[in-house]
Amino acid sequence: MRLVRAGTRNLFTILQTLGVTPASKRLLSQNADLKRTALYDFHLSQGAKMVPFAGWEMPVQYKSGISEEHLHVREHVGIFDVSHMLQTRVVGKDRKAFMESMVVTDIEGLKDNQGTLTVFTNDQGGILDDLIINNTDKDFLYVVSNAGCADTDLAHMKANEAKFQESGKDVKLSVIDTSLVAVQGPGMVSVLQPGLDFDLKTLPFMTTTEGKVFGVEGCRITRCGYTGEDGVEISVPHSGAEKVLTSLLSSSQDSVKMIGLGARDSLRLEAGLCLYGNDIDATTTPIEGNLTWLVSKSRRPKLDFPGAQIIVDQIKNKPSKRRVGFVSSGAPIRGHAKIFSEDGSELIGETTSGCPSPSLKMNVSMGYVKTPFSKNGTKVKIEVRKKMIDAEVSKMPFVPSKYYILK
Amino acid sequence: MAASLARTALLPTYRCLSRINVSPARFMSFSRCLEARWFTKEHEWVNIEGQKGTVGISNYAQEKLGEIVYVEMPEVGATVESDDVVGCLESVKAASDVMSPCGGTVSEINEELKSDPSLINSSPLDKGWLYKLDLAEDVKTDELMDAEAYDEFCQNH
Repeated sequence: MRLVRAGTRNLFTILQTLGVTPASKRLLSQNADLKRTALYDFHLSQGAKMVPFAGWEMPVQYKSGISEEHLHVREHVGIFDVSHMLQTRVVGKDRKAFMESMVVTDIEGLKDNQGTLTVFTNDQGGILDDLIINNTDKDFLYVVSNAGCADTDLAHMKANEAKFQESGKDVKLSVIDTSLVAVQGPGMVSVLQPGLDFDLKTLPFMTTTEGKVFGVEGCRITRCGYTGEDGVEISVPHSGAEKVLTSLLSSSQDSVKMIGLGARDSLRLEAGLCLYGNDIDATTTPIEGNLTWLVSKSRRPKLDFPGAQIIVDQIKNKPSKRRVGFVSSGAPIRGHAKIFSEDGSELIGETTSGCPSPSLKMNVSMGYVKTPFSKNGTKVKIEVRKKMIDAEVSKMPFVPSKYYILK
Repeated sequence: MAASLARTALLPTYRCLSRINVSPARFMSFSRCLEARWFTKEHEWVNIEGQKGTVGISNYAQEKLGEIVYVEMPEVGATVESDDVVGCLESVKAASDVMSPCGGTVSEINEELKSDPSLINSSPLDKGWLYKLDLAEDVKTDELMDAEAYDEFCQNH
């Protein structure tokens, strides 16, 4: 057996990808440069299969496997170690203008403790990374961006920081060195509330607060996630991370399990959320990526963010391609599959990611198509192993989101 | 291969081979001695009974792939060579090619897998078989491992 997506790789390589490298091999030099989170030993004690991911050794799955972990998050509560993500603190009175100079979203207008998803763009309007910026009431911005882009994000922000400081502006950024764990699923409130010193009802989706979690001081709790479920991400001092996890895992309120990167990917796909490097990258604009809503109305006329002219033109005149979702049955569709018009005569795009959906028992995928083919319900053909699979453009999220939004 | 032959020389299926004392290649002409299950380094197995071979994947492979949700198999009547990609197994995370352990003509596929691919997970060596072959005349098993050698292979890789 061998991995189809990579052509020449056999099952042995897949098994390694899935984290089946025996303990003895882990000691070899190939992994010597990989970083480990503070929860590394805890993951091993929970039966995690560790794999290299974005320069880190991370759990891809635990004992029960990807499908079961996936469904557990949809029905109960799952915990993800996302300490590999880049957490940054931005201080100074010009901190909002500083972030706005790199992203497409209104940051000045964020209320206290409110956060937003946004994207760093380049001068061509391409996306450098997606990130979340929280406007804390403690005079700093709390920024979380992708592990895979950590080095380039930091270099990008540092270069901009130097420019701002040279022009006499007041801004300073620093990396936050804490663990970051996501607690996701319909039972999140029931298992987390008993350990908090504040009421989760006061923390709607995309807001943040400081707090004590199961006795651990100095945590930051943000109502967000990457699964489509109600959930939080908790930034917790390394020394207290394991205590928070063991407290949650032993909850009598609901079943809580550790969840690996494998299920994280299938959960975010069902939720229609982009994976940077697959579904969006430096060659796609936020408009092509179906993220127009990130480009705040107040920012559009000012044209004061990288690639603004191209991005605003695309809002007015439609881009030539758009990211859409697909549902299909039969052979699962993954990334890099060619998309054709319904009669098979015209190549109209390529998929960027996809998987069999554990919740829906059908296949979900996303990809870019020429704009005339981007309407929901459009029938297309997608090529898998030289066979044409019937697929249909579908609205996303594929599985309805359950964020805690105050009416 | 010589090493694994030596290690397994006490097994009955090998004993007749070693007595015959021919080249290390084990040919189908000795099929009477070779009614056994063999494994590939790619984690498929073939169960050889006379001129018939039944193919599946190992317990180790199914465990690592996770719940299999889709199976693609060769057409009945197709002629395949050993190491040909003849099908595909898909779990939530990965798509894996199935490579034929032996050459021959596909005589039957496991229709039950179409409605219940998870049979591969629940019964990889029995109900989860993939397809059957009328084996080619010159089928060799010298590149394949018996159960014991395969277990050792899995331990060390």
